[in-house]
Amino acid sequence: MRVALFVTCVNDTLYPDTGRAVVTLLRRLGVEVDFPAAQTCCGQPQFNTGYRRQAEPLMRRYARAFAGYDHIVTPSGSCAAMVRDNYPRMGRRARAEGRGGHLAELAEEVVPRTWELTEFLVDVLGVTDVGAYFPYPVTYHPTCHGLRLLRLGDRPQRLLSQVRGLELVPLTGAEECCGFGGTFAVKNPAVSSAMGDDKAGHIRRTGAPVVCAVDNSCLMHIGGILGRQGAGTRPVHLAEILAATEEQPYGGPR
Amino acid sequence: MSGRTHLGMPSFPDASRTSTRNTTLRANLGHATRTIRGKRDRAVAELADWDRLRAAGAAVKDRTLRHLDHYLEQLEERVTAAGGRVHWAPDAAAARRIVTDLVRATGEREVLKVKSMATQEIGLNTALRQAGIAAYETDLAELIVQLGDDLPSHILVPAIHRNRAEIREIFTTRMGDWGRPAPEGLGDDPAELAEAARRHLREKFLRARVAVSGANFMVAETGTLVVVESEGNGRMCLTLPETLISVVGIEKVVPTWQDLEIYLQLLPRSSTAERMNPYTSTWTGTTDGDGPREFHLVLLDNGRTDTLADTVGRQVLRCIRCSACLNVCPVYERAGGHAYGSPYPGPIGAVLTPQLRGTGTALDASLPFASSLCGACYDVCPVAIDIPEVLVHLRERVVEGGPATVRGTRTTIRPAAGHAAERAAMRAATWLLDHPGALRSGQRLAARTRRLHPRRLPGPGAAWTATRDLPRVPAESFRDWWRRNRPEEGTDR
Ligand code: SF4
Repeated sequence: MRVALFVTCVNDTLYPDTGRAVVTLLRRLGVEVDFPAAQTCCGQPQFNTGYRRQAEPLMRRYARAFAGYDHIVTPSGSCAAMVRDNYPRMGRRARAEGRGGHLAELAEEVVPRTWELTEFLVDVLGVTDVGAYFPYPVTYHPTCHGLRLLRLGDRPQRLLSQVRGLELVPLTGAEECCGFGGTFAVKNPAVSSAMGDDKAGHIRRTGAPVVCAVDNSCLMHIGGILGRQGAGTRPVHLAEILAATEEQPYGGPR
Repeated sequence: MSGRTHLGMPSFPDASRTSTRNTTLRANLGHATRTIRGKRDRAVAELADWDRLRAAGAAVKDRTLRHLDHYLEQLEERVTAAGGRVHWAPDAAAARRIVTDLVRATGEREVLKVKSMATQEIGLNTALRQAGIAAYETDLAELIVQLGDDLPSHILVPAIHRNRAEIREIFTTRMGDWGRPAPEGLGDDPAELAEAARRHLREKFLRARVAVSGANFMVAETGTLVVVESEGNGRMCLTLPETLISVVGIEKVVPTWQDLEIYLQLLPRSSTAERMNPYTSTWTGTTDGDGPREFHLVLLDNGRTDTLADTVGRQVLRCIRCSACLNVCPVYERAGGHAYGSPYPGPIGAVLTPQLRGTGTALDASLPFASSLCGACYDVCPVAIDIPEVLVHLRERVVEGGPATVRGTRTTIRPAAGHAAERAAMRAATWLLDHPGALRSGQRLAARTRRLHPRRLPGPGAAWTATRDLPRVPAESFRDWWRRNRPEEGTDR
């Protein structure tokens, strides 16, 4: 089984600990994981802001960088959703416009091989107990793309519930958007902050010292607000929790 | 008298900067939408075949839209055969003119109104007032908006942004100017407020000889119009006056009564979380001794056939105006309906308004961006309109321009003003991301200078750092860490 890590541009640049955690975790589960260095970004920021044509070279790059791997695993729900939901759409649009006909085939080719991390663990590897140890109360924020585009369902919670020492604290209004939305946060700062404030308030009221999610972009926004409020709650990517063990406890700074 | 319009309103980000700070508005909206959300979920969960019903609702609308010309002609023929008259209005100005002339011809100076999105869309009340005709809204929430010299902020509950105390205040101070005043010592109990409105409206129902309505559906096979409502005031307007004028968007046609059955299940559960609408009224032409003597149907295009010509955007014409997407929208809940500057607020407004009005103004060009693309609207939509897909499609039209149909002619739209810098930045980002070596150099530079990074940014980034801390750039990117640990693997291509 040839497995490639799609670390995503945000994790690569700002959250390398998350990428390292995925590598640690998958190795522990006996999966040898590769990092094709030709990868960069799935093109989601371009696509979602209306620059569809600018996302096309990045889609081509993605398909080429990950050619030959059985599975492509990413610790980002929104990037997995970009590939699964929007690549086929981009392919269809390009074909309808009478150009880039091969984009549609590229999309068909990468979609079934692309997995968000928790899907890969639960659906492909068939595990929910990954042998992790994380002795803290944790609240889980299900991100919009994980929830509504990927339909991750309770996969993340099932994984978390098997982590030794971890107490999963329910979050009020969990299914509501945190207000990040990529360039939305910059184009509509007032509404984005208002949504983020409400989300941060719900998180603080859980009393849990840690909030986790399957997407660092959302955590960056939520963490940025919690930080500005001086709250002690720490955003941690789910992969870093699952990678922690008694021998190698969680230590990544955020 | 209510004369406000949406003309000249600020862009969505500007309007929402003010509205998000209005704590009363946020509280009123948050409370109302949370309540209805929970109820809708329960009402929908009762039906085991909801997904199939939803798919059928989408399919029937799509099929009808594909053959819209045929069904509209059939409708016109049946309405005419039943004693009604059909008028075609290509745009808002034509529709206003047709209705005004029809009212003038009756010699009346007052009309009753059944809550109608189409007449809001064309700005009918203002046009009638300019022609010396008073239009009285009869829907309770619409009455509150009219008396308060306000604009509607929700499709179904136009006064959702008002609480009981505010409504009591509006009734006490304004009812007298419009007709029967509010009773002395009016309290803010809902039943008391409803009773005051009932008495105020009753005298109008008994007096009026002309009514103007919209319709939720038009059944082509019999030429029948359908209105569903909760209060029964609409039914009064549809039956008591001598002349009835219905202004309806052309997309509201359904082929048969059997098709209607789908929507009469989808609509109430999605909008008011009820199994069935309290009042469902249907009217077909005229009948001697029963209901209006004269019936006019004004079929409104106003950008709808242009929308139909757009392969991605046309799905928006499936909308049955249930307002479920508003009630689940986190952006609508914080910004409020007025920020959308249109009778159609919320997610549906963000995709419908720029298609009906174009993206020429700063406000209309900002609407497709008024969403975090969280997808909640798509999930609840009873006719499965992929609102996020259309939002992104319209964003492309704003930032890059492209082909579109305007007044029946295929044209190439130019990008909206003010996106040149963003476009350049996106192109640069794509170039960088298509060159991993350059990306790596950029990452290294950022890592080396990490101690110098400011905590607050100038320019567009200021919007981020006004309320949020920036993440710290790590000492080493993942890419570099990987390479340091596995020098033998991986090459940039
Ligand atoms: S878009 Fe869908 S959810 Fe929104 S009002 Fe229309 S039918 Fe209802």
